[in-house]
Amino acid sequence: MLPQIRATGVAFTVISFENAAYSYGGGELLSDISLRLAPGSFHFLTGPSGSGKSTFLKLCYAELAPTAGSLTLFDRDVRSLSRDDVALTRRRIGVVHQDCQFLDHLPLAANVALPLTVAGRTSAPSDLSDLLGWVGLGQLAEAKPPSLSGGERQRAALARAIIMGPDVILADEPTGNLDWEMSLRLLTLLVELNRMGKTILVATHDLNLIRQAKPQLAARVLRISKRRIQLAGADL
Amino acid sequence: MTARSQNDRVVPPSGAPATLTSFTAGAMTFLAVFALALALASGRLAERWASALDRTATIRISAPDDQIAMQTKAVLDILATTPGIESSRAQTPDEQRKLLEPWFGPDLPLTDLPLPQLIEVIEATEGYDSEGLKQRLSAEAPGAVLDDHTRWRKPMAEAASRLRLLGYLSILLIGAAMAAMITLAANAALSANAQVIKVLRLVGAKDSYIARAFVRRFTLRAAAGSAVGALAGTIGVALLPAQDAAGGFLTGLGFTGAGWLLPFLLPLLAGGVAFAATRQAAFTTLRRLT
Repeated sequence: MLPQIRATGVAFTVISFENAAYSYGGGELLSDISLRLAPGSFHFLTGPSGSGKSTFLKLCYAELAPTAGSLTLFDRDVRSLSRDDVALTRRRIGVVHQDCQFLDHLPLAANVALPLTVAGRTSAPSDLSDLLGWVGLGQLAEAKPPSLSGGERQRAALARAIIMGPDVILADEPTGNLDWEMSLRLLTLLVELNRMGKTILVATHDLNLIRQAKPQLAARVLRISKRRIQLAGADL
Repeated sequence: MTARSQNDRVVPPSGAPATLTSFTAGAMTFLAVFALALALASGRLAERWASALDRTATIRISAPDDQIAMQTKAVLDILATTPGIESSRAQTPDEQRKLLEPWFGPDLPLTDLPLPQLIEVIEATEGYDSEGLKQRLSAEAPGAVLDDHTRWRKPMAEAASRLRLLGYLSILLIGAAMAAMITLAANAALSANAQVIKVLRLVGAKDSYIARAFVRRFTLRAAAGSAVGALAGTIGVALLPAQDAAGGFLTGLGFTGAGWLLPFLLPLLAGGVAFAATRQAAFTTLRRLT
């Protein structure tokens, strides 16, 4: 059964898989995936380690292309995208990794503003300052990334992911290195973004985090099992 | 801060590869200046030899002492009436001694040697009939031999031309070696910054944006290094001994007039080479890394 998760009243999808599969050299990691994510939706993606969560997210931001079936991002087939098209598409998708990487030679503010810089845009200092304040890093604008704690890096990555005002935010185990209090703080930020209309997909194996989110929003849970993606609402 | 300097800052300082690029460009340009000087000097030499010998000929009279004067007069008379000869004159013993001085020293007892009498011939613009002249000489002055310099002028001019070609070929090889070195350095810098490149691609940077930061850096480094090399090479050439007749070719190995500006075109060429090499390396590496 095709799990179609749509925001109420929205007709198109931002990410759409149709019978997609992904194989590494050895064998198939993801099979027969059919899934549509509508704008403004919030999804959790769960599954055991090595089940393919990170691979699935990489497909979602065109780091990888499916080896079978089709994948469209913003109604464009990923395979038809040139490298420049992929770059432009990623400006509409913010990504937060568990081991988020920064340019260590630049201060935090420049790192957060990096998507704007590469797009040839600038932000008003007050906007950047507001954003850093929103993620609780207002005092660390000039700090270099290596001096930041795990939680600070995650929040900085989130700020970098949203500074372009992307349509979609993908987070891969964003709370993996955080304590519970910091995890809840990050979840709160993601919920706020979803309320602003952003489509959110969070890959996590932390079921407590998912349960914590349940009262706050209409999140749906996807589970990767036996190389396929299933709706797993009952897990909540 | 300008957008360009902001763009450059996203790539961390390249360290050793960039320094290597400056050094390579400087050293190669230093060598290229000498190759350029060699090529230009060879070109000048080829032209000088060709033009100096082009309109001259020599008549050598070998005859018993009592006939030398008579045959010399006969040859000069023939030359005076030969169409296409602008002027002719017999060389004096002093002039002949000076010709032989480099080999035998200044105290040569010329009268003791059976030297032939030499007659210089300058031809007019329209030229003369050398075969007809040879026939007249053999009839009226049997000891006279016409040497129109063709036999040795041609190989000398060819040698100078090939030397010039060798100089330009050297510049091409130096340019190719520089391109290879800069490509290696750029590849090293790109590979060392693989993580930076992945972050930039993740946040939506196009290949051209990432490449530009590297290309600009390496182009400027190469041009700056090359400018230093060009200056050092030009000073080196300027310090070579001044040209004189005794020194011959080696002391003529320099630039003349506006030619002194040519070495300073080399940094532009080096910058162009670095631009093309780094750009090619950047796009290839970007496709491989991300």
